[in-house]
Amino acid sequence: MSVVYILWQRELKKYLRSRAQIVASLGQPLMYLAVLGFGLGPVFRRAGEGSYLQFMAPGVIGMTVLFTAMFSGIAMLWDRQFGFLKETLVAPVPRVQIMLGKTLGGATVAVLQGTLVFVVTLVAGFRPSSVLAVLVAFLIIMLIAVVFSALATAIGSSLKEMAGFQMVMNFLVMPLWFLSGALYPLQGLPAALAVLTRIDPLTYGIDGVRGTMIGTSHFGVPVDVAVLLGVGVLFVSAGAWRFSKLEV
Amino acid sequence: MNNTPIIRVQHLVRTFGTVTAVNDVTFDVRKGETFAFLGPNGAGKTTTIKMLTTVLRPTSGTLELDGLNPVTDSTEVRKRFGVVFQDPSLDSELTAWENVDIHGVLYHVPRPVRRERAETLLKLFELWDRRNDLVKTFSGGMRRRLEIARGLLHTPKVLFLDEPTQGLDPQSRNQMWTIVKNLNESEGVTVFLTTHYMDEADRVADRIAVIDHGKIVATGSSAELKQQTGTESLEAAFLKLTGTSIRDETFSAEDRMRQVSRVWRR
Repeated sequence: MSVVYILWQRELKKYLRSRAQIVASLGQPLMYLAVLGFGLGPVFRRAGEGSYLQFMAPGVIGMTVLFTAMFSGIAMLWDRQFGFLKETLVAPVPRVQIMLGKTLGGATVAVLQGTLVFVVTLVAGFRPSSVLAVLVAFLIIMLIAVVFSALATAIGSSLKEMAGFQMVMNFLVMPLWFLSGALYPLQGLPAALAVLTRIDPLTYGIDGVRGTMIGTSHFGVPVDVAVLLGVGVLFVSAGAWRFSKLEV
Repeated sequence: MNNTPIIRVQHLVRTFGTVTAVNDVTFDVRKGETFAFLGPNGAGKTTTIKMLTTVLRPTSGTLELDGLNPVTDSTEVRKRFGVVFQDPSLDSELTAWENVDIHGVLYHVPRPVRRERAETLLKLFELWDRRNDLVKTFSGGMRRRLEIARGLLHTPKVLFLDEPTQGLDPQSRNQMWTIVKNLNESEGVTVFLTTHYMDEADRVADRIAVIDHGKIVATGSSAELKQQTGTESLEAAFLKLTGTSIRDETFSAEDRMRQVSRVWRR
């Protein structure tokens, strides 16, 4: 346990020390909130869907968690050649402990970053239904963070080249985000898009956050949580397996 | 020093696709000695170290470290060695002390022992005054010394140093080898090193193995190698054994990353 703890703590320390990075990483969510939130707001309202800011705030929080979690995992590629990861790979501890410490650390950082963005959405005018709703929503946000942090570890353990990083960003992270229903409602989508959105685990994450924070959910919060738990178990196992096979 | 081997390598082979990086290599390292692995670029030095340190599996052949097999007893083997890889493995966003302390936790060194030994080693490597500074503020020589100090924290039986002095000035190199050689004598830690600097090998190594194209071409003390080749210096002996042609390695993904890392200087 001490190994998992100290590696988790390491990720946290690094995060808290990188103030400039924290501020910089708020740029993208802010842009989405401002440009899309206020830009598409009037159209959304005219379509009879209510406040677009209320609708997309959970999506932007989900996006932040997704991007932060994926990035910390993919940074492994660098870390195992020029960083601390190699030191942990030759340590006399089971690889699964290292993987867990790293994944949970990455997930915690993603949740913290998500919390910051949540505060920003509050400032922008987002109003969740109650404090309890927010607390429950954060349990779902933690699940999202673990799911994608584990996926990132699995991918980070499998990538061989830095070029792969761009591939993952363009062909995995961006589609995960755009297909998640973060920006548009899931009702009445064209069939192909409807199928794709339902394959994307982030869809259930954002739907769950929306369901708990503002009370509108497409699948129902229990379904969302069940899917996230299932995918979480799958991705953590995949991450642990890929990580155990890692050679340098 | 006695003659019991602490490392035993027999008919070791490692292939990467169609390339045979290590081709039927056999050698022993004796307990307590300083053993240097010399060879041109791409000769198979790093690949051999990676296999001995459990981060790469051999294609065939047998390996033994302190009587244990790195492939099947990896956890036990890992307790017994410390390693400084060719590429840095410090966390530059953490302090020197934190880097060493995490190492102690990873190797299950009890806290009081960890503290005491960390202090001894950091003082020895002249890093004690800077222990609470972030590693990213350290020079190349300080980083290397910190890596060696960290690798020794759990009192390993073998210390692997893969080109530890690359890119360091003569003063830093001299200081580093003086400390390592002292520890080799005082603690009896076996040192397995690779280097491109012949003067270093000549100075610190009890025995030298010259490897080229994945095969060992000669083994012996510096004096023996000079005698075998009828040369005056180790450098001349080395060139006689391995030839004078330049080895152009294919540029790998790793090299690309290494190049970027120099630009970013992390």
